[in-house]
Amino acid sequence: MAVTKLFGASIKRREDPRLMTGRANFTDDVRLPGMTSMAVLRSPHAHAKIVSIDTSAAKAMPGVVAVYTGADLIDDLAPVPCAWLVPNANLVIPEYRAVATDRVRFVGDAVAVVVAEDRYLAQDAADKIEVEYDVLPAVVDQEAATQDGAPQLYDNVPNNIAFHWELGGGDIDAAFADADVTISKRIVNQRLIPNPMETRGAVAAYNPGSGELTLWVTTQNPHVHRLLIALTTSTPESQVRIIAGDVGGGFGCKIPTYAGEMIACAIAKRLGRPVRWQEDRRENFVTTTHGRDHITQLEVAAKNDGTVTGIRVKTYASMGAHLSTAGPGVPTWLYALMLPGPYTIKNFHADVYGVLTNNTATDAYRGAGRPEATYLLERAMDLVARELKMDPVAVRSKNLVPAGEFPYTSAAGLLYDSGNYQGALAKALEVIDYAGFRAEQAKAREEGRLLGIGFSTYVEVCGLAPSAAAGAMGFQGGLWESAIVRFHPTGKVTVFTGTNSHGQGHKTTFAQVVADELGVPFEDVDIVHGDTQMVPMGMGTYGSRSLAVGGAAIVSASRMVVEKARTIAAHLMEVGVDDVTFDSGTFYVTGAPDKVKTIQEVALASYLAWNMPEGVTPGLEATYFYDPSNNVYPFGTHVCVVEVDKDTGQVAFKRYVAIDDVGYVVNPMIVDGQVHGGITQGLAQAVYESAVYDEAGQLLTGSLMDYAIPKAAMLPWFEVDRTETPSPTNVMGIKGAGETGTIASTPAVANAILDALAPYGVDHIDMPLTPQKIWRLIHEQKG
Amino acid sequence: MAHKVSMTVNGVTRESEVEPRTLLVHHIREGLGLTGTHIGCDTSQCGACTIIMNGKAVKSCTVLAVQADGADIMTIEGLAKDGQLHPIQEGFWEEHGLQCGFCTPGMIMSAYDLLQRNASPSEAEIRHAIDGNLCRCTGYQHIVKSIQWAANKMASAPAGDD
Repeated sequence: MAVTKLFGASIKRREDPRLMTGRANFTDDVRLPGMTSMAVLRSPHAHAKIVSIDTSAAKAMPGVVAVYTGADLIDDLAPVPCAWLVPNANLVIPEYRAVATDRVRFVGDAVAVVVAEDRYLAQDAADKIEVEYDVLPAVVDQEAATQDGAPQLYDNVPNNIAFHWELGGGDIDAAFADADVTISKRIVNQRLIPNPMETRGAVAAYNPGSGELTLWVTTQNPHVHRLLIALTTSTPESQVRIIAGDVGGGFGCKIPTYAGEMIACAIAKRLGRPVRWQEDRRENFVTTTHGRDHITQLEVAAKNDGTVTGIRVKTYASMGAHLSTAGPGVPTWLYALMLPGPYTIKNFHADVYGVLTNNTATDAYRGAGRPEATYLLERAMDLVARELKMDPVAVRSKNLVPAGEFPYTSAAGLLYDSGNYQGALAKALEVIDYAGFRAEQAKAREEGRLLGIGFSTYVEVCGLAPSAAAGAMGFQGGLWESAIVRFHPTGKVTVFTGTNSHGQGHKTTFAQVVADELGVPFEDVDIVHGDTQMVPMGMGTYGSRSLAVGGAAIVSASRMVVEKARTIAAHLMEVGVDDVTFDSGTFYVTGAPDKVKTIQEVALASYLAWNMPEGVTPGLEATYFYDPSNNVYPFGTHVCVVEVDKDTGQVAFKRYVAIDDVGYVVNPMIVDGQVHGGITQGLAQAVYESAVYDEAGQLLTGSLMDYAIPKAAMLPWFEVDRTETPSPTNVMGIKGAGETGTIASTPAVANAILDALAPYGVDHIDMPLTPQKIWRLIHEQKG
Repeated sequence: MAHKVSMTVNGVTRESEVEPRTLLVHHIREGLGLTGTHIGCDTSQCGACTIIMNGKAVKSCTVLAVQADGADIMTIEGLAKDGQLHPIQEGFWEEHGLQCGFCTPGMIMSAYDLLQRNASPSEAEIRHAIDGNLCRCTGYQHIVKSIQWAANKMASAPAGDD
């Protein structure tokens, strides 16, 4: 029977029934016998010396099992690790302890830990701990932090500069010397707080008999956690088991290994009782990594015809009070490599300072470096258009890499795999009716109404590879992904992947791919991820890599399974291997239509192993580690139309059109969902979200009352469509879809608002573009 | 000091002893073992803990367990009947109304509350009704479509199975 091809079908997600009926298994849902609850006492100061800690009252409280300070745990835990050692940057990794011993460096730094019979008791006891602090001056502005005389976070990091890194291509000085026009602009990319709806949590259990340490933890990359927990808790990696269960969103902030889960592990080992810890939202705001936070001097060189010849940036990136797991990689490689963007810009230079500041550490947040680069570049395109009195679409068209030039080597040396940038732009212009809009806008301006349109023609890099590139960039890991595809004797299939879904729907998408490859029913394919005892090796889910790397690994493993099955089928049918063809789950013999074997029959035969070909081992499974030869490069055009109310400064979203090209698409419904969510987070940066600290290092936007995550009524209807340009890099021709929306939308929205405000002569406002900022600008212009 | 409370949860009478300060959401999750109701914040903003109490959607983090004494409560575990998904759940499945699924139980409870009051809500009414439920994954568009799907389904086959 022919099996319907599932690649390209919007199949309903098999994850959903559990999640919709209360049967999920998030970390905070784990219940173990004898489980204790942990509460962490956190520093209320951004920078202080710890003079003394008195835990006696806490220890004496009923229900309290144990209280620990940093000094108590100093031998149990190595420092919290940083795993991206950017080379040629004079990188210094300051020592950051899971529980502070003598000094705290951000609000939320752990000072003491209470373990009690339940969470209420643990929190009560934490409140009874007396800590005497000697408060020190704090610094949260990364530019100011580098000045002589600024408060110093660490003795071994002069001027708080954890690294200074440069990257360039072409001849940037010549580009500026030969330019017809140059633009210089100070642009702030504000700090954002990821805020997945599930905060981070951990349940650690230690078996003193076997020595096995099991950690349920909210992570995007269980195997990276396994490695870092093993190293920091002095537990053999073979005896550490990480279980991710259901993970309630990540967006990058569940990549790092954090103090919280390290402490839970150390205490579980000490007590021999399971330890449970779940951040409350307030803790999440100050202890889970933030994103962005760049101050950049942007310089652009261009010719009178609109050709952009050079991009130069000097960026101060706030790293927070320590270097998080992947922190240093974000404002360096992941940022600067994409500064030439989708354009034929021949010359660029990035000068990046990674600065330690008295606030929460930064690390990957959806897009991680690429949104920062794309925002600058797309703002630059509009600034050039404004300067030369050209249409912003014309400037972009002038500079986009032509469709016939792929694979294209960018000025940063990246090999863009495939593309049709103008194709996506043309489609977007048609959907939005660009000419019609400009006419409407002109009419509106005559009526005193402020309509604006903003474009973002982006390319991004994802599915990062190969591992050798990771090595060259100083990332302390590979960029491969593993897959095991295993037939059972009954013909059912289990697939083990090292990627880890936290909302992306791998159990559905991957099963579609495998069902096609093996020619078995979708229902017969089970996908396993998130448990290191089930999945031996993996690198996890981030950087839109899961399908492009993990999915491609699964395809290759599936094809290895089919090849082994073909050998067995040929033997069973007593013909040569070359005479056997495979189609939709059945092996056929050329010229003998009555001779067939289904792959399920072969699977059974392989496990019975009564009649195997010479030299072929029993069983039917394959393991494949896929290390791609190159990255993949999704691209597209996003267009936003807004109307600004000049009396209130309020922005109304009129339309939002996204034309993305993520290569071939396995499940369009899931990709649409990824794009919607991505756009929302990027749009929110443009107009809503910002982490605000006061000068003392207190987070003023430290709750969901104060930090503006968009609600349903704050968003437009997204008009999403695609072009399809397959990637030649992987067997499926797919790219990545997780971050395109976030990368593209921020500048599209900002450009639209600034276009609306063009009559006031304003060409830039730093984000978020709030009604207050816009209103002030309009009314200041009026005088 | 513990107080005796009795409440009907998903059709079953549950009697317990709770501390006066115990939040209803903690009682549901820890005392009653119903972990489908989630906790996403500590300021009653996110709506992950939304349940139906005496016929109305409430955020169970803003109610003390002792205040729920005698109440009739439905949590996400009580929505599907006899293995049949409720039309709202069907809608979320059909229209991809969830990604990570953490906000989903509360989101569905708010949708249930809306559709009780307004059988054919407009897009704007749906967006307004779920304004107290934060979702970080979907951008809400598929959630709006899910609730529209449910409204259509419930209109075409009036259900008496709430």
